[in-house]
Amino acid sequence: MPLSGLDIFRLLPKTNCKDCGFPTCLAFAMQLAAGKVELEKCPYVSEQAKEALAEASQPPILKVEIGQGNYAFKIGEETVMFRHDRTFVNPNAFAIAIDDNTDASKIEEIISKVNNLKYDRVGQVLEVNAICLKNTSGDKNTFMAAADKIASLTEKPLIFISSDTDTLITVAQQYKSRKPLIHAIDMSNIDMMMKVIKETGCSVVVKGKTFDEISTLSEKLRNEGIRNIVIDTGDRNFKNDFFNQVILRRAAINKKDRLLGYPTIVFPGEMTDDPLKETLIASIFVAKYASIIVLSNINPQNLFPLLVYRQNIYTDPRKPMAVEQKIYEINNPDSNSPVLITTNFSLTYFIISGEVENCKVPSWLMVMDVEGQSVLTAWAAGKFIPEMIAKFINKSGIADKVNRKEIIIPGYVAQLQGELEDELGGQWKIIVGPREAGEVPKFLKNYIA
Amino acid sequence: MNFQIPKELYTGKINSLKLGNEKSEIIAGGESALPFYNFEGEIPGKPVIAIDVFDAKPQNWPDYLLDYFNDVAEDPVLWAKKCIEKFNADAICFHLTKINPDAGTMTADEAADIVKNVREAIGKPLIVYAEAPLEIVAEVMKKVSEKNAGSNILLGWVEENNYKTLAASAIGYKNNLIALSPLDVNIAKQLNILLTQLGLPANKIAMDPSSSGLGYGIEYCFSAMERLKIAALLQDDKMTQMPIINNIAEEVWKVKEVRESEEVYPDWGNLEERGINWETISVMCLLISGSNIVTMRHPKAVKLVKEIISDLLQ
Repeated sequence: MPLSGLDIFRLLPKTNCKDCGFPTCLAFAMQLAAGKVELEKCPYVSEQAKEALAEASQPPILKVEIGQGNYAFKIGEETVMFRHDRTFVNPNAFAIAIDDNTDASKIEEIISKVNNLKYDRVGQVLEVNAICLKNTSGDKNTFMAAADKIASLTEKPLIFISSDTDTLITVAQQYKSRKPLIHAIDMSNIDMMMKVIKETGCSVVVKGKTFDEISTLSEKLRNEGIRNIVIDTGDRNFKNDFFNQVILRRAAINKKDRLLGYPTIVFPGEMTDDPLKETLIASIFVAKYASIIVLSNINPQNLFPLLVYRQNIYTDPRKPMAVEQKIYEINNPDSNSPVLITTNFSLTYFIISGEVENCKVPSWLMVMDVEGQSVLTAWAAGKFIPEMIAKFINKSGIADKVNRKEIIIPGYVAQLQGELEDELGGQWKIIVGPREAGEVPKFLKNYIA
Repeated sequence: MNFQIPKELYTGKINSLKLGNEKSEIIAGGESALPFYNFEGEIPGKPVIAIDVFDAKPQNWPDYLLDYFNDVAEDPVLWAKKCIEKFNADAICFHLTKINPDAGTMTADEAADIVKNVREAIGKPLIVYAEAPLEIVAEVMKKVSEKNAGSNILLGWVEENNYKTLAASAIGYKNNLIALSPLDVNIAKQLNILLTQLGLPANKIAMDPSSSGLGYGIEYCFSAMERLKIAALLQDDKMTQMPIINNIAEEVWKVKEVRESEEVYPDWGNLEERGINWETISVMCLLISGSNIVTMRHPKAVKLVKEIISDLLQ
């Protein structure tokens, strides 16, 4: 929680020595609160003040990093209950659960699927983040053998689950260089586990039956300097855990409860046997505050929609979503195909390209960079005007791609027609298209007829 | 330690919109808590799942979806009855497409008659969406309202630029009205103000904030609806307390992700299950952000969404 200038002032020496470069301690405090200077500028600040300020500058939900290398991910650092209040920060991770008594060949198959599952969408790569190995057998050797196998097959971060403390200690020690997440510390094993977590630097899940129990555990860890903590409420009833996730987020964000201000982990696969229902439950936890979602299957028909949904929910609402400026080829166009032009607001692009795709008319869709604004907004802001559109068309190279020198503009900017033709030196004929995307298929079918 | 559950204090309440009459009557809205937060406020009813029925056999549905309706797709009355009896619809959302000169030659009178036939046959509430340019919608729906006077159907739709004709008809014939706005909280409020000033009771209005589906801007919808619900419940803003309806099914079922086969996109997995997921995730996203009435199509998706609603509101 950010401190106010006055809060910070109280922690300073109040000598107005000017060594920091500011005339008074109060002036320095105000600059600190605004984030414009560093505390180190004050040579006389006490250790206690340093700690208090460092603490205060932490987000209400602490950041936890899991894994190492290219696939390491971070969770937490959230600051709002509703994405429109600012944005959701670190997308939740999806992990695929594997039982340790699964056949070796089956494990290979699952890991290979996890490694290869990858989607490119709006300039982002969507992937599964982690593997979650469960000690279903209850046997330590079986667990360690499966861990060896998995660790050798994938670079993805690992989550190790066992109810046997000895197994957890061994696996944490053996794989500490992979920075895994260890599941879990509870009331029964905290004293033994705390030591190994501190030594290995692994992240750890605290599992408590009540919010009080979770706070007790996280406080003990915190006192030992352990902060890479993830919370599991232990509840595998969907309704209860939905409630828990809301309450944990609220306690951290609204009540500034430091002991509950950690990322969370949920297990939709343990809430139902139906993969489709599991997928739906997982989607609800994407929007409602889970940080790691463990799934029981790797079927793409379930993963693909979930990964797209996570991308949607974690889109920063403060930035207009923009797509790349270029000529998009839809349905394999050739030199006789129609040419359409629009702006690079991603919704505009999605809707138009979807309609063109569905009507199966091969087309060239020219998308012009107007900083992610829609057609009318960009026109009103002077970014989608004849002079600039002409420049884009001339530079784009579209003239070399088509014989029919005609460009279809959105119906909402019909008034640009004459001026745009003039700007293009009479080389192109401008056709006024429909106002709404839904009318594009019919328009195109008539146009090519 | 003694943890106190941090609860929200709600000062406002969503209007109770009465759909249908007597035996068919259900209430949409009426809650005084954010969606599914019944641990801290009243949520008297469940969200209404309305299954889509059309006045003509759909030309552009994927086969695996149309297969459920092939035997009834030529007859809206049979289609609607199947949705209720077999697929457990809470309401029917009937779409008039042939009134659009581009798609058919149905007159306003014919449309009004067919709506009446469907309504009388089903014993569940009826929502009617006219799929045509705004001027035609107003004329056709005026007739629909007149011939279904006092039946509490939900008439879709009016928008800021053209609301008077149909609103007057809703007032005169005691029906409910859908107020459509383009994902904009202020326009949604403004339209509610205009409608209530005209004399339409606030509890006869449902807001359609416009819908976008999974992968195609659903986050805009999610946040617009959360903002509407927060204004309604936490700030007691009367002009945002109308229940929300999302005509989402069309947005789900037109995209390539629910239509293209696994042969074309092997990475996307089984087509029908993918389509069901696309619909359930889209619908639940809107329900957890504030929708009170949603349109749906796939029977298995309907079943799953209803299960989740029951789980959360038990």
